[in-house]
Amino acid sequence: MQGKDLDKGLGIKTRRTIAYVVLGIVTFFCLCWFYILFINATRSHGELAEGFTAIPSTHLFENFANLQAGTLPIWNGMINSIIIAGLTAALSVYFSAMTAFALHAYEFKLRKPIFTFILMVMMIPTQVTALGFVRLMDNMHLKDTFIPLIVPGIAAPAVFFYMKQYMEGSLPLSLLEAARIDGSGEFRTFNTIVMPLMKPAVAVQAIFAFTTSWNNYFTPALILETDKKKTLPILIAQLRAADWLKFDMGQVYVMIAFSIFPVIVVYIILSKYIVGGVALGSVKG
Amino acid sequence: MKKNGNVVRFNRWGYIFLIPFIVVYLIFSIVPLVSTIYYSFFENFMSGLKQIGPNFIGLENYKALLTGGDMFTYLGNTLLLWIMCFIPQIVLSLILGYWFSDSRMNLKAAPFFKTVIYMPNLIMASAFSMLFFTLFADSGPINSLLVSIGIFDEPYSFMSHIASTRILVAVMNLIMWFGNTTILLMAGMMGIDGELFEAAQVDGATSTQVFFKITLPLLRPILVYVMITSLIGGLQLFDVPQILTNGTGDPMRSSMTLIMFLNKHLYSKNYGMSGALSVYMLIVTAILSFIVFRINNYGADDRR
Repeated sequence: MQGKDLDKGLGIKTRRTIAYVVLGIVTFFCLCWFYILFINATRSHGELAEGFTAIPSTHLFENFANLQAGTLPIWNGMINSIIIAGLTAALSVYFSAMTAFALHAYEFKLRKPIFTFILMVMMIPTQVTALGFVRLMDNMHLKDTFIPLIVPGIAAPAVFFYMKQYMEGSLPLSLLEAARIDGSGEFRTFNTIVMPLMKPAVAVQAIFAFTTSWNNYFTPALILETDKKKTLPILIAQLRAADWLKFDMGQVYVMIAFSIFPVIVVYIILSKYIVGGVALGSVKG
Repeated sequence: MKKNGNVVRFNRWGYIFLIPFIVVYLIFSIVPLVSTIYYSFFENFMSGLKQIGPNFIGLENYKALLTGGDMFTYLGNTLLLWIMCFIPQIVLSLILGYWFSDSRMNLKAAPFFKTVIYMPNLIMASAFSMLFFTLFADSGPINSLLVSIGIFDEPYSFMSHIASTRILVAVMNLIMWFGNTTILLMAGMMGIDGELFEAAQVDGATSTQVFFKITLPLLRPILVYVMITSLIGGLQLFDVPQILTNGTGDPMRSSMTLIMFLNKHLYSKNYGMSGALSVYMLIVTAILSFIVFRINNYGADDRR
């Protein structure tokens, strides 16, 4: 029995070696870009013009200081991005959990139709309603404000779906009965019993909602007009649209690093939860 | 009787908890959706500084898009870019997913590799695209590397050749999305009954046979799901080519996607055309979404 693997096809050891080699190559192609980015962000414009080397230089802070002194309002961009992505994530997880709770814990006539409706619209991209969205925001005098970028997070079908899936597995209805017997109101039960139980799901979805909003370029570019209100992706686009050869390339690399590395740091800290949480929200197992 | 009354009293809360979602969805999604469809029936654009319309013109915008040819060119570009990314992605993801889920392989470093391959998915697409633009520029580090090791005699202008521009877009999307696909397929493979593998092993099947005779057929629903959701995502392709080509889709608009086309109309305030284009895209994504909905068969195994 033991020898079977070796007789038929490749042995397990050979296959494992092949797997490690392929994974090594794949890892290289995932990470090398960020390594080059890091190296180049530390090099001065002159050094960059000389060609590529793999050794970091010493000009990181100098490049950053130059970028800060330049015309791109990067700190505004950073703060705007943090405000928008942070609030979107907070609203999105809280209200999606609330919506999921409504459909999980209560029995009412429209329960099923509403659930089906949310699942049907889950995949519809926001881009296809962007025209009506932008014009409506214009009519409501909300253009060039953060509201159209934050408030829609309250109704996030994909986040809702994840929360609902999670509740099915980890929120027994008997718990709510017990809370009622103890005289807890429904709203209080949701805040003090349900939300703490949902912590793992909340963490995963908060990260996803945050990065989605942080990386979003299409909608903010249509909504925000004032330079000081713009988010990082719009500033990146401006950097690209400017005659970039005139730029100090060291600054360009620092700007890109500045937009990418915060997410990478958060990811490295929380990756365990993120990778484990990816599958739950999409395929019904 | 009392219990019944209680249940009804509590169930009222179902509606109360739904209020925020419904109100926000109505204002920020349904109203824009309806008005997008409404605008699509009007002639409404700026000609220089002069505002034309809005005049009701029925289906003229739809006809103009169908006969104008641009839309089909961009649809072709979008689909081509998607296929160029999807085929290598699904092959790679199937292999990696199989290795990760195969208990006999017992890859010790699997959590590390999963973490690494998923990471690019969270990277800002516009920043990643800008990074590629600078790295592959005529005077960028990739060119200097290729020249110095003697592959090219002089810098290759990646951004002025159709094939290389498209390949760059596809490669970026591949790097950003194969980790996500791998994890979904892996989850699907882990869901397959382990006894099937054991039985095959006892019968002396090689792992290649196991993969093609057991894993792949049983994985079909998830493969279709992955393909359709990837296609829906692919049709939305925007950030990467928009930043890489500065919105032009050059060379010769060969990497102009549908959403870039829509974005162009939105910026030039051609509301009629962008409305009609949105409705076309809405119909296509709605059909694709419906397929996903049916595959997952949501609701059928709902608790109540």
